[in-house]
Amino acid sequence: MEWIVSKYNYWIYILLMMIGFYAMIGKKNLVKKVIGMNIFQTSIILYFISIGSKKGATIPIAEHGLGGPIQAIQYINPIPHVLMLTAIVVMVSTFGVAMALLIMIYRRYQTIEEDEILKLRR
Amino acid sequence: MIAPFEDVVIRTACRLLIPFIQLYGLYVIAHGAESPGGGFQGGVILGASFILLSLAYNADEVRKRVSEKRNLIFCSVGLFIYSGIGAVCLALGGNYLNYSRLHHLLPVDPVYARALGIFGIEVGVGMTVMAVMLSIFLDLASKHEDEGEMTSLGMDR
Amino acid sequence: MTTSPYPILIILVPLMTSFLIPLVGWWRRSLCYPLMLAALVVSAFSSLVILRMVMEQGTIHYHLGNWDPPWGIEYVFDHLNAFVAVIVSLTSLLIGISSKSMVERSFSKKAAFFYCLFLLQVTGLLGIVVTGDAFNLYVFLEIASLAGYALIAIGEDGAPFASFNYMLYGTVGACFYLLGVGYLYIVTGSLNMADLAKLLPPLYESKPVLIAFAFFIVGVAIKMALFPLHVWLPDAYTYAPSAVSSLIAPLTTKVGAYVAIRVVYTIFTPSFVKEFSSATITLSWVSVSAILFGCIWALAQTDLKRMFAYVLVAEIGYLALGIGLANRNGLTGTVLHIMNDAMMMASLFLVAGAVATKTGFRKIDQWGGLHKKMPITMAVFVVTALSIVGIPPMCGFFSKWYLLLGAIAAKQWVAAAVLLASSLVNAILFFRVIEVIYFSRPAEFPDGDRVQHQGFDEAPWSVLIPMLLFAAGIVSLGLLSGKIITRIVQFAIPAGL
Repeated sequence: MEWIVSKYNYWIYILLMMIGFYAMIGKKNLVKKVIGMNIFQTSIILYFISIGSKKGATIPIAEHGLGGPIQAIQYINPIPHVLMLTAIVVMVSTFGVAMALLIMIYRRYQTIEEDEILKLRR
Repeated sequence: MIAPFEDVVIRTACRLLIPFIQLYGLYVIAHGAESPGGGFQGGVILGASFILLSLAYNADEVRKRVSEKRNLIFCSVGLFIYSGIGAVCLALGGNYLNYSRLHHLLPVDPVYARALGIFGIEVGVGMTVMAVMLSIFLDLASKHEDEGEMTSLGMDR
Repeated sequence: MTTSPYPILIILVPLMTSFLIPLVGWWRRSLCYPLMLAALVVSAFSSLVILRMVMEQGTIHYHLGNWDPPWGIEYVFDHLNAFVAVIVSLTSLLIGISSKSMVERSFSKKAAFFYCLFLLQVTGLLGIVVTGDAFNLYVFLEIASLAGYALIAIGEDGAPFASFNYMLYGTVGACFYLLGVGYLYIVTGSLNMADLAKLLPPLYESKPVLIAFAFFIVGVAIKMALFPLHVWLPDAYTYAPSAVSSLIAPLTTKVGAYVAIRVVYTIFTPSFVKEFSSATITLSWVSVSAILFGCIWALAQTDLKRMFAYVLVAEIGYLALGIGLANRNGLTGTVLHIMNDAMMMASLFLVAGAVATKTGFRKIDQWGGLHKKMPITMAVFVVTALSIVGIPPMCGFFSKWYLLLGAIAAKQWVAAAVLLASSLVNAILFFRVIEVIYFSRPAEFPDGDRVQHQGFDEAPWSVLIPMLLFAAGIVSLGLLSGKIITRIVQFAIPAGL
């Protein structure tokens, strides 16, 4: 029982990832597939952020005026946050390219349903 | 395709808010080292201010202010600021992006030069991100009357 | 720690030039092509200088921002790295030279954007090869992939949909790689590859490390187009324009194989591979089926570019087989095959592109009698075909030889049998095409006119010279294989195998 409750962040990210994955492969509309891809990437961002947290720690911003060296145990790990900034940029760029591709596909086939496109392509 | 929505309330509210949004975006870019923020976040906020303008008026209003050519220049210049600061550090003798070398150019000590170097990088990133966000939105929202040559259909037989 | 600027110039110059080209293109369009070539020449020169330095001094480390690893990002050049960087930069230089005629023909108004994307793709590929940080590799992987999606989508009818499919697959692959990096970060707290190799050995039994390995392998297999995750490859490479497919086809999958070698043998050292040999045995069985199915599917194709794409699937099977065999000979075969396959695929797709632009014919039976019209192109095709079949002294023979030795040493008899059988199937494939080219009558137009492949109408010089250089490379690098192995590849294989 403990391995469900104490590791709830992993369960949530796996659930989100599978929802996104199902949307990518199970839905026929191409826009829904792109949204599924977005959910998939967002779940990984959630996972990275969640592994940086510590019990009883505060946000990793150093206050001015507090003397002495910084004790790392009081702040949550900022490295996953920094890595995920880059991952968010990648996610947005992929989304932009996906939208541009969808516009090209729509202009050519006048539809965004995958089965109709496959029929038109034969 | 965004249809123009002519409402006085929305237009006035947006016109009042957009300068403050842009100021906030610049604040977020500049405070990247001390509070949540940085180049990408501030750039997105700046881009969002233009997108808000495009939603309140129409896309041509934004194109009057930031034409496609100027957008591309912003994008490239932002990247050149980023890589250029790194290349200047390279030329001054250190490794790439070693900002402490900038103390040869700026009248500060090497440790402070690192903070200023990061700030320069964030400005470059913010410019590029703003330009890219705006260009993605304008491409998706425009009518595409001119197909251009770079579409498919029988190009490379 | 080195202070010479070449390790950073190899990335910085194509990156800055790629954003300079649209600005220059507005000002004067004819300057874009020389600017792109200049950037690629600087990159190729830097990679050659770095290879020379590595051969003299050993591994080179370059710390970005003068931050020591593991706090900072570093670029590491060992023999494997420098070798693959030379291959990538020289191949992209030659393909860049050849792209001019296709760009002039098809979209001369937007040529600047094409060259910009081309250079971004090259930057991404070189960055993957050069970096020594696991997360930095993900960033460059996505740069290369995004530029690839955009470049493929400007092809013919059906290209945007194929590129969309590629994008869905490729994003999942990159996300799995990122998950692997995340799991390793949880248990070690480090992202630097050398640091991970030091910190991981006591943790090999723990679940996160095993899961990380699984995620890495699946993610890299998607990017590398290893069977059964290769489904995006035939459509994407068939519908892409010829300049793009001749850039992406030789390089993307080989760089993916390089990432696989890095993950399996540098981050997870050979002691992990020996302890969990079931993983590499599975990999070798998967690659055997890749070789088999790639060759069989290639037999069924009538469109030549699609047939080349399936031959590429089989070649990726060879690369993965060497990684899966996990002994010295196998890995030597893979590293050699990275070089050989880059050259072979580049010249194959250049030939297909040259014929398609000159005559417009893509089906095999339409290539009849083409040797009268384009004799040099067909000669290059014959040399490449002989190399793919594996006939000495072409370079393809030597990598297959080492893979065979590795399979026998690892007692994988099925792998050895499939290697030999695939050479036979490749012979059938290519000799069928060569027979049509040299001994058949020209094809007919659908409305009955006989095609006259008359007159000497060879491809333009900008396409012909890279093709001839690739063909010369196939022959000469095959003859020099022994020297390459003793001077470079031998040190690229990690110790302990």
